[in-house]
Amino acid sequence: MPAEGLLAASWLLIALPLAGAAVLLLGGRRTDRWGHLLGTATVVAAFLLAVACTVQLAGLDGRAADVELFTFIATGELDVTAGLLYDPLSAVFVLLITGVGSLIHVFSIGYMAHDPARRRFFAYLNLFVAAMLLLVLGNSFVALYVGWEGVGLASYLLIAFWYTRPAAATAAKKAFIMNRIGDVGLALAIFVMFAQLGTTSYAGVFGSVGTLAGGTITAIGLLLLLGACGKSGQFPLQAWLPDAMEGPTPVSALIHAATMVTAGVYLIARSAPIYDLTPTARAVILAVGAVTLLIGAIAGCAFDDIKKVLAYSTVSQIGYMFLAVGLGPAGYVAGLAHLLAHGFFKAGLFLGAGSVMHAMDDSVDMRRFGGLAKKLPITFVTFGLGYLALIGFPFLSGYFTKDAIIEAALDRGDVWGWVLGGVAVLGAGLTAFYMTRLMLMTFFGRPRWDDGVHPHEAPTVMTAPMIVLAVGSVAAGALLVSVFPLADWLAPVFGEPAEAAHVVAPALVGLVVTVVMVLGVLTAWLFVGRREVPVTAPVRVSPVTRAARNALYADTVNESLFMRPGQWLTRALVWFDNRGVDGAVNGLAAGLGGSSSRLGRAQTGFVRTYALGMLGGVVMVAGALLAVTAG
Amino acid sequence: MNLSYYLVLAAILFTIGAVGVLVRRNAIVVFMCIELMLNAVNLTLITFARSTGTVDGQIIALFVMVVAAAEVVVGLAIIMSIYRTRRSASVDDANLLKY
Repeated sequence: MPAEGLLAASWLLIALPLAGAAVLLLGGRRTDRWGHLLGTATVVAAFLLAVACTVQLAGLDGRAADVELFTFIATGELDVTAGLLYDPLSAVFVLLITGVGSLIHVFSIGYMAHDPARRRFFAYLNLFVAAMLLLVLGNSFVALYVGWEGVGLASYLLIAFWYTRPAAATAAKKAFIMNRIGDVGLALAIFVMFAQLGTTSYAGVFGSVGTLAGGTITAIGLLLLLGACGKSGQFPLQAWLPDAMEGPTPVSALIHAATMVTAGVYLIARSAPIYDLTPTARAVILAVGAVTLLIGAIAGCAFDDIKKVLAYSTVSQIGYMFLAVGLGPAGYVAGLAHLLAHGFFKAGLFLGAGSVMHAMDDSVDMRRFGGLAKKLPITFVTFGLGYLALIGFPFLSGYFTKDAIIEAALDRGDVWGWVLGGVAVLGAGLTAFYMTRLMLMTFFGRPRWDDGVHPHEAPTVMTAPMIVLAVGSVAAGALLVSVFPLADWLAPVFGEPAEAAHVVAPALVGLVVTVVMVLGVLTAWLFVGRREVPVTAPVRVSPVTRAARNALYADTVNESLFMRPGQWLTRALVWFDNRGVDGAVNGLAAGLGGSSSRLGRAQTGFVRTYALGMLGGVVMVAGALLAVTAG
Repeated sequence: MNLSYYLVLAAILFTIGAVGVLVRRNAIVVFMCIELMLNAVNLTLITFARSTGTVDGQIIALFVMVVAAAEVVVGLAIIMSIYRTRRSASVDDANLLKY
């Protein structure tokens, strides 16, 4: 139904951060002194507006509001109206984006205080928030695509924020190119929708997708999944996300943990009516999610870079979300609940990592941390709460949301349900292992700091957002399950929650997961906590460790399968262009030039030669005439 | 009177002129040889006009004389200016018009 009241002004949600970005980028150095305050204010304002809109939405019948804005494209048969759809699903994302976004903007004021380009940083962050809100608020796949590309651009700009560092520039390029592969899939899916259905709006597509042939629906589903995999760092496009940690840490927290990388989950959840019709595509989502959650967890166990461990953890946790939304109606709510909880605790963990880096002169090597618990008490406590939430410590947020996913997988009832549930439980154990290893290496044990490092707690402007996020990490799970049940809130989108017939009792699942988690923690203590951590990584290690350190050779595979053949192809094409095309053209020109200069030698300049030529010609003409008339 | 005598004479004159154009280097001599060829043609025209009893050939011969007179004026002027710049009237020295 058409939006009224505040909901009709929900376009301001996007316009506010966008205006902030425009002022900061166009205003130049004049805005240096107060730019960060403006950037934070726009996002906080958007958050307050989002809260008000959501309260109003809760009172509406059917809980959905359409906001018609303007005609975006109107040509022939293609008619795209730019409009927003404020429904429970987008409301959840809008609150997450603006809420976590506000906290991270506040944190950045302190974190980037000494950076000369702080204004540019806030401009890009605002640009990101605007694009991300457009992504989740758009009422058509085209609007989603515009936001999708916008967040990709903002991600690129922010990864390469310190563009003078070659590693950051390379990482940004890698992220952009791998995202582009996914974006091609999304664009093709939209093309297919338009060609087959003549519309790209959610209402139009979901209303008529059932009339298509099964193969076409599966094709759309798989192309959308390719787009989701690119943006969310899922197998086989997962390699860019850990490299994206070259960006400033607040960027890692906001874009590469809490919001942008979950856009793939949003896309799949939003496209639920399409996936309802294609079990094949659903099975592929399940496979992608299961494979990715293991890859991420295994790689996370081996890295010594605190941000890379968290990045692989993100890859792994988004794998859980993909697994959940791949399960269909049983898993959507579980996946989105995990997404929200993950948004809290992973953003908190990244901010904690940022605080640790702030204290340790921007070092990220956990082998040179150790014993920081006493020096950074607030960071330690908030980080610790995030850690407990992530590994699924009973009654913290990760416990509720991860268990719900495992239960939903087991509830399939078939052998694949057991396989997926087993993978998810194994992943939970690995999560406990790598996160405990991270905690032990960073906060416990003997200090292994470099000379001249004097750790100090971060200022309040940085610790306050960490405290809020830590409280969220603790409480989010319980709130989403019991106080404000997410399942009821999302019912207008995904239908009323069905009372699942549990294959395994939820209490038993919770017990098993907790036992596996404790085993992971104990293993980590055996390997890392019990003995001294060497300052340099051991070289003589098992093949498994070596594979994990190389992130299961994902980069090697990409480079040997795609990058190098691509380079060969380019070189072959350059050679063909230089020798083949240029050779033919230049050869023709040289041939003509040579023969004409050879012919030109007949022009001697001697008048008598020309006269002889004329005489010969006349004789020949006369002879021919005589031959014709006589013969 | 037999026509062929005139025609043979004209052919001989024309040949002498043509060979002169081809073998002589002095521009004035080449020029005179061209005149010889023109007049050999004139002789042929008059001969045929006389034999057919029409005046067409005579008219064309008069035209040729007029054109030849004009051509002499232009040609001699060119030869004069070449001689002034190059101090030579040899046609082989004026060989710049080539590739």
